[in-house]
Amino acid sequence: MSATTTAPAWNRVRQEPGWLARVFEIKIVLVLACLFPAVALLMTFLTYPLGLGIFLAFTDTTIGRSGQWVGLENFEYLLEDPLWWNAVFYSVFYTGVATFGKFALGLWLALLLNNNLPLKSLLRAIILLPWIVPTVLSAIAFWWIYDPQFSIISYLAVDVLGVRTTNIDFLGSAWPARWSLIAANIWRGIPFVAISLLAGLQTISPSLYEAALLDGSTGWQRFRYITFPMLLPILAIVMTFSIIFTFTDFQLVYAITRGGPVNSTHLLATLAFQRGIPGGQLGEGAAIAVSMIPFLVFATLFSYFGLARRKWQQGEGND
Amino acid sequence: MTDAAALPQQTNASTAQAETMAWDSRARRTVTLYVPLACFVLILLFPFYWMTITAFKPNAELFDYKTYNPFWIGSPTLDHIKHLLFNTAYPKWLLTTMTIAVCSTFLSLFASTLAAYAIQRLRFKGSQYVGLAIYLAYLVPPSILFIPLATMVYQLGLFDSPLALILVYPTFLVPFCTWLLIGYFKSIPYELEECALIDGATRLQILRQITLPLAVPGLISAGIFSFTLSWNEFIYSLAFIQSSEKKTVPVAILTELVSGDVYQWGALMAGSLLGSLPVAIFYSFFVDYYVSSLTGAVKE
Repeated sequence: MSATTTAPAWNRVRQEPGWLARVFEIKIVLVLACLFPAVALLMTFLTYPLGLGIFLAFTDTTIGRSGQWVGLENFEYLLEDPLWWNAVFYSVFYTGVATFGKFALGLWLALLLNNNLPLKSLLRAIILLPWIVPTVLSAIAFWWIYDPQFSIISYLAVDVLGVRTTNIDFLGSAWPARWSLIAANIWRGIPFVAISLLAGLQTISPSLYEAALLDGSTGWQRFRYITFPMLLPILAIVMTFSIIFTFTDFQLVYAITRGGPVNSTHLLATLAFQRGIPGGQLGEGAAIAVSMIPFLVFATLFSYFGLARRKWQQGEGND
Repeated sequence: MTDAAALPQQTNASTAQAETMAWDSRARRTVTLYVPLACFVLILLFPFYWMTITAFKPNAELFDYKTYNPFWIGSPTLDHIKHLLFNTAYPKWLLTTMTIAVCSTFLSLFASTLAAYAIQRLRFKGSQYVGLAIYLAYLVPPSILFIPLATMVYQLGLFDSPLALILVYPTFLVPFCTWLLIGYFKSIPYELEECALIDGATRLQILRQITLPLAVPGLISAGIFSFTLSWNEFIYSLAFIQSSEKKTVPVAILTELVSGDVYQWGALMAGSLLGSLPVAIFYSFFVDYYVSSLTGAVKE
């Protein structure tokens, strides 16, 4: 008797979950439900616009009027457009010089920070500041620093150091404006590079340096044969990111020069914006934006091979 | 600096060898480490110093370097900030930006937590390809997307509405957060979930009661990233928002405060300073989370 009464009571301890919870126990349903918000957002606002952008590049759409298919006309027009060629040249030049500057200075800063320093976390916080603050707002500060009349750099050069007699005209003519923008971009990019490379430096085992010291290596040899090769995988990833986001940069140029003087500092992104949104030529703007894609694919492949090299160095299989 | 470089050579000649070595290495350390480091910090901070100083200078000092020392403020004033807060729509812009940043941060945290959990913990077939696809989505820059997105936003009737920005910002926030959270979930021992499974918990219960509480630090750093990224966003907000009072701070300062040929540098700098402060303060509380997740994400 006692056995029959206890058995159902024991069974009831585990409550049966509701039908909804049971549906979510089916793995495929759960997986789809979990992935749905992210995938839906990205499909609607990233994949679809990417395709739409490529489609628009082959039409003559303007604001408020859906366009006709015009084939390669937009691209043919661009190839004859000196402004587009100018933007291609400056985008490549800007990316090349700024990336080189960011990585040279960033690596130097990372090597400095890798020493035993007092107030390390405060120092790190200060150094990341240019990267945290909205780019446009620091760009406005640079705009003021580059002012033709009241530039603080001109003041230093003319009145304090006396190396020049006239104010420097930073943004008034083509080449000074180009170099000024590159300097601002390097200033903004150093922190990210330095902090990422510092993380890479800290993973290098000190015993490698000890072994090299015992073998009588010089400081340069230790950098060349230990630090640099060990840093290469991270360097490749950070560089890919940096190249992609420098090449497609918009904010800095738009805030400081808006592509001027006389369109000499247009990047592809600012040119696409100028033609597409205020100019209303959406088709042509999209064509300019699409012309950035081959470069980005190249940079992504660079990243892929950087990653592959890393696996090979660590002696891991391909997952 | 020249003194410090010359000194080691002089002391090398002296006879007190041990003392010289110590002195030599200290001088060397100063020249090769502290001097360059000081230069870096000086250059990285100078624009902010200049911004701050300009924001509090009266106009008379601002445009007269001959009588006043430009590196210091003679008589600090709050005029520019007063002008900004009471004569422009600045508080409104701040509020709009804050709302957009908070909403898009929560939206993307929700989406990316679920996605990261599915990819890292449910281990379905092809999960690593989904992860790779989301990673690749991060490499698609906004400069390519804003024109087609502008037409989409227009067709959806969301043009000139903050809702458009709240929906569009997750395109760059979700990939980043998912990527970061996948890394974080990896660091939580799987055994904990197995124990819960054996005890008869459902998958959703595990996510809510075990994994999420453990992932709070990861969620915080993903949240900070999202907040700063959406606060700083510029191109979408420039392209999709037309009316003055709905603009976000970075766009509004550039398009609304710059009027005519004479720039009001004081007000511009005050606006930039106030616009930078929320992110700077927010970030300074969580700098360690920020750095560790940044470097962790890079190392992944």
